[in-house]
Parts: sequence; structure tokens; C-alpha cells
Amino acid sequence: MKILVPVKRVIDYNVKARVKADNTGIDLANVKMSMNPFDEIAVEEALQKKESGEAEEVIAVSIGPSQCQETLRTALAMGADRAILIEEDSDVEPLVVAKLLKAVVDEEQPGLVILGKQAIDDDSNQTGQMLAALLGWPQGTFASEVKLAGDKVEVTREVDGGLETVALNLPAIVTTDLRLNEPRYATLPNIMKAKKKPLDTKTVGDYGVDVTPRLTTLYVAEPAKREAGIIVESVEELVQKLKDEAGVI
Amino acid sequence: MIRDQEVLNQFLDTVSRFVRDKLIPLEEEVAETGVVPAEILAQMRELGLYGMTVSEEYGGLGLTLEEEVLVLFELCKAAPVFRSKVGTNNGIGSQGIVIDGTEEQKQKYLPKVASGEYVTSFALTEPDAGSDAGGLRTTARLEGNQYILNGTKRYITNAADASIFTVMARTDPEGGTRGISSFIVEANSPGVTVSNPYKKMGQNGANIYDIIFEDCPVPPENLIGGVEGKGFGTAMKTLDRGRIHVAAVCIGVAQRLVEESLRYAMERKQFGQEIANFQLVQAMLADSQTETYAARCMILDAARNYDDGIRDRGQAAQCKMYASEMVGRVADRAVQIHGGAGYVSEYAVERLYRDVRIFRIYEGTTQIQQTVIAKEMMRNFEG
Repeated sequence: MKILVPVKRVIDYNVKARVKADNTGIDLANVKMSMNPFDEIAVEEALQKKESGEAEEVIAVSIGPSQCQETLRTALAMGADRAILIEEDSDVEPLVVAKLLKAVVDEEQPGLVILGKQAIDDDSNQTGQMLAALLGWPQGTFASEVKLAGDKVEVTREVDGGLETVALNLPAIVTTDLRLNEPRYATLPNIMKAKKKPLDTKTVGDYGVDVTPRLTTLYVAEPAKREAGIIVESVEELVQKLKDEAGVI
Repeated sequence: MIRDQEVLNQFLDTVSRFVRDKLIPLEEEVAETGVVPAEILAQMRELGLYGMTVSEEYGGLGLTLEEEVLVLFELCKAAPVFRSKVGTNNGIGSQGIVIDGTEEQKQKYLPKVASGEYVTSFALTEPDAGSDAGGLRTTARLEGNQYILNGTKRYITNAADASIFTVMARTDPEGGTRGISSFIVEANSPGVTVSNPYKKMGQNGANIYDIIFEDCPVPPENLIGGVEGKGFGTAMKTLDRGRIHVAAVCIGVAQRLVEESLRYAMERKQFGQEIANFQLVQAMLADSQTETYAARCMILDAARNYDDGIRDRGQAAQCKMYASEMVGRVADRAVQIHGGAGYVSEYAVERLYRDVRIFRIYEGTTQIQQTVIAKEMMRNFEG
């Protein structure tokens, strides 16, 4: 079985994001970029399935500018077998990404697609679900455990009330939550080996997908600064403030 | 010479993440217990951090010195105790074999050093031979078909964890520095005793010991380079690279101290505003930042020269002296910027302040570096 893992190049999780002065988006000039952390978890899960003999090949795919090659090289250094870059310089929305991924799935015929549940830049949390719909495949989102069993995959999902386990017929879509695993570090010997692994470059034209945006971003602003707290003198004062000022009771 | 910028950048990224996610959160625990957890050491082995300076044909990463110092700039943003675990294998513990070893010695030992299976120690210092390394008294007497070692080595880093020691010993009682030879001594040889670790001012967990040799037999094939009398030269060559390595360690810690200082100054409020707004605090921040940058530049320059084949003992000494003195000043300012908080253990700067004090002492004190620098100047003077 092949496992396909889409990976997104995003602003590094450790960087403090700053809003552009004209409030049109986040300032990405000279900002460190890396692989979306949820996607790292997806790569790790796929690699573990390969190492246990449940999968034969792990393919990483990324959609975006040519710098996404670095993100794919990271996936290869972690242990993915080969990579596909679909080069596109404009911002791609979740539906476009899902359509392009569907085209890749049609070509590669993986048994499982493992995606991050969302990307930390736009927090859309849509791509995996849209891809499942386009393919007509079952989906197990927010996975904290993924077990392959014959022609099924059992996915334990982190839902509001606790954990829910679903069994999906393969092929299927899984999206990862934080607690699924701890991604490995790319070691230097493996980084060197990754240079020699195949990385195919395609364009959106190769798949005939229309990338025209359907969404318009109106305004991006930083969250309001947190105001300093106050110390109340008594329970009565607290209750009164919660009632009159906070309006929560 | 950076051979592949993309590969190097990716590796530096990995190291910097490992430092941020794994090492820094463990610092307090290690300072308390004096133990670096085994799984962290295992991860450091996997990452290749034990074999940075061993060439690829012997299973190492074969980094150039420039690449090595760039890795150290990242790695040493974590408390220097972590670096000390891999320090001897990359530096003085293995370089004797790397630089002057015979082919058989390299094949036998270097792959295990590179993988971290063997930890190494460098045994030069003695109770009566510190800065005056040439005055060492440990003897290696050829008896029959083996050398017999007798003597005491002092403050030897990682000795209790080591599988092999690079030991400097006197094969000729008369010959001064030319009477010194270097040996690879396996730690489990008969007649080897390692003391309890010393209690120190800082870097708890980076342990140092005495090693006592009593009629310890060493086969002649473990004489480094196979020739007697070359040991002092080997030690000095080892230190040329080792001193640039230590200088790079100082940069890592200095960068961390600047980060800690800046973060504190941007958050701490006095007189109704962040203390970073006060110009006297700004002066301290600016001085620390500038001195760190200056030292970083000189180390990169010296490392590039080394990679070009230039062996400039004075340059290595200048880097070691300037960087270790510099990080002392930066640590002092970091405590000052933190005020009272800098004197209590809850903030990292109190610990780092103690940790960096050793850098001005080991691998040649500042005073020894000064004499090396001046002697090199005088030697090169053509008048």
C-alpha cells in the first residue's frame, strides 16, 4: 500500500506573526518558514506504518512556490520515499488544494491519505474533509490513534466529549491531531541521503485545476492586547462585577 | 568551506529545534540531578552529534570546522552541559587519533567514536602539570612487548563514561616536551582507576574525574602515530582545533544570554514602563549583542582559515581568549539586567553565569592564550 502525505509550508510555529501595516495579511518577508506541525505528525504516522511493514511507500506532496521544495526535503529526510511539488505562486485555497490532491490520488492510487487536521497559518481545517468528499472516500478526522486492520483502518478521534473510534473501509482519508505521535528529527546522515531521493515538479496546469480564488480576505488584525487584571476585595464585589461589567451571569 | 548550504541549513534547523524542544526544557532537571537522561543521549547519537569531526569514511559526518562551529552556535544555546557530553568525541578526545593516528588506529576506533558507542576522554592535565603541560610526569616505560603506564591525570572530562582515553605520557624522562608520547588507553585495561566526580561551580552533569594509572599495560600498536616523542605536538595540534571549538561554544551561550536578557528587559516593568526603554539598560543589551557578533565573526574567519589548511596557532588562541572573556561579560550583564531575579535560581541566567566561568580556564587559560598570541607575533616578526 502507498500512503500519500500532503505537507504545507507555513510560518514557523516559533515565530511571532506580525500583521502587515495595511491589514491585508501576515507579513512573511524574511520570516522563517517550516513544515506545518500537524503535517509532520502525518509524515511520522505514515513512516511508522511503513516501518511496521503495513505500507510499502510514503509519498509527500506539496502545493505552493518553489521554496516548498525545502519542506518536501524535510519529509524526505524524515524518511519519505519520494516527493511531488505542484508549483503555484498564488495563494491556494483549501478547495483548490483538495482538487489538486484528488488529481494526485487518481494518479498514484494510494490506500491511505494522511493529512494534518489543519495548517497553523490559516487554521482552515477543510482540506482533508473536502478531499474525502471529492473522492467519495470515508474520513477519520482529528486522529489520536490510527490502526490498520485488513481492509479497514480504525481511527480513534478526539471529539468534544472524549474519544470516538471509527472503522473506515480503505482507501480512506485520515487527518491528524496533536497527540497521535511525536515526529522524529531529521538526522544529518538522512538529510544528506534525502538529496538523492526523487522530487518531481509539476504545475497546476498539468492537472487542469482552476486556481481562481473564491474567497476574499477583507481585513486582518492582531488580537486585542490583554488588559491587566484587578484584585477584588470580596466575593460580593466579584459577583457584582461579573454581573454588571463582564455580563457573564 | 560550506559544501552544501541546503543540507547544512536543514541540519542547523534540526539542531535548533532539538535545543528548543528537548534540551532547554530539561536544563533545570539536569542541573539538579547532574544526569543527562539516557534517551536524550541516544537522540544526540542518532542526530550524528558525536561524530561531527570524524570523516565520513570512518562513519562520521566529516564536517569542516566552519560547519562544526555553526552547529555549535545552535547547540550551545542550551546549557553547556549537553555539549560537554559530545564535546570530547568531537574535540580533544578523538582528534589525536584523527590528526596523527595510524590507519589501523583510525579503523579500529573512529567508527565507534563517531557513532557515540565509545565515549572518549583527553588525559593531559596532571596534579602538577596544568598550564605547564610539558611538565607532565606520567610515565610510559617500554617493558618487553608493551608499555607500562604510571601516573595520575586530573580533571578529566567524561572519564567515567569513556571507553578510551587519549593519554599523554613521558616515554623519555630527559627529553622535555620531546619526551612525551600519546597513547590510546582502553578504559577497562588493568591498573586503571577512575575517581569519584569532582563537585564544581557550574555545569552540573558535565563530570570531571581523576584517572590513576598503576602499572597499566598498553600495547605498542596503541602509541598514536606509531612513533615516540610526538605526543606534545599531537596535543598542541588537537588544541588548535579544540580552542576554536570552545570559542564557538561561548558564542552559543552568549546568544542565549542575550536572548534571555532581551526577553526579560522587554517584560519587566519599573517606573511604569518596560526596563528595555531605559538607556542604561539599552547600553548593556547593545554591548552584549555587539560583542557576541564580533566574536562570532572572528571565529567564522578563523574556522575558514583552518579549513583552507592554514594552521595559525595565534588565531585559535585569540578566538578562545576573546570569546571566553566576552561570554563572561555578557553573563555578568545578563545578571545585572535581571536585577534581583538574576541572582535567584529560577532564572536561567544565574546558572549560565556559573556555567561560563570555566571557559576562561580550560583548554588553556586566558593568560596562556595571551602568551601564545604574543609568542606567535614575535616569531613572525622579521626585523
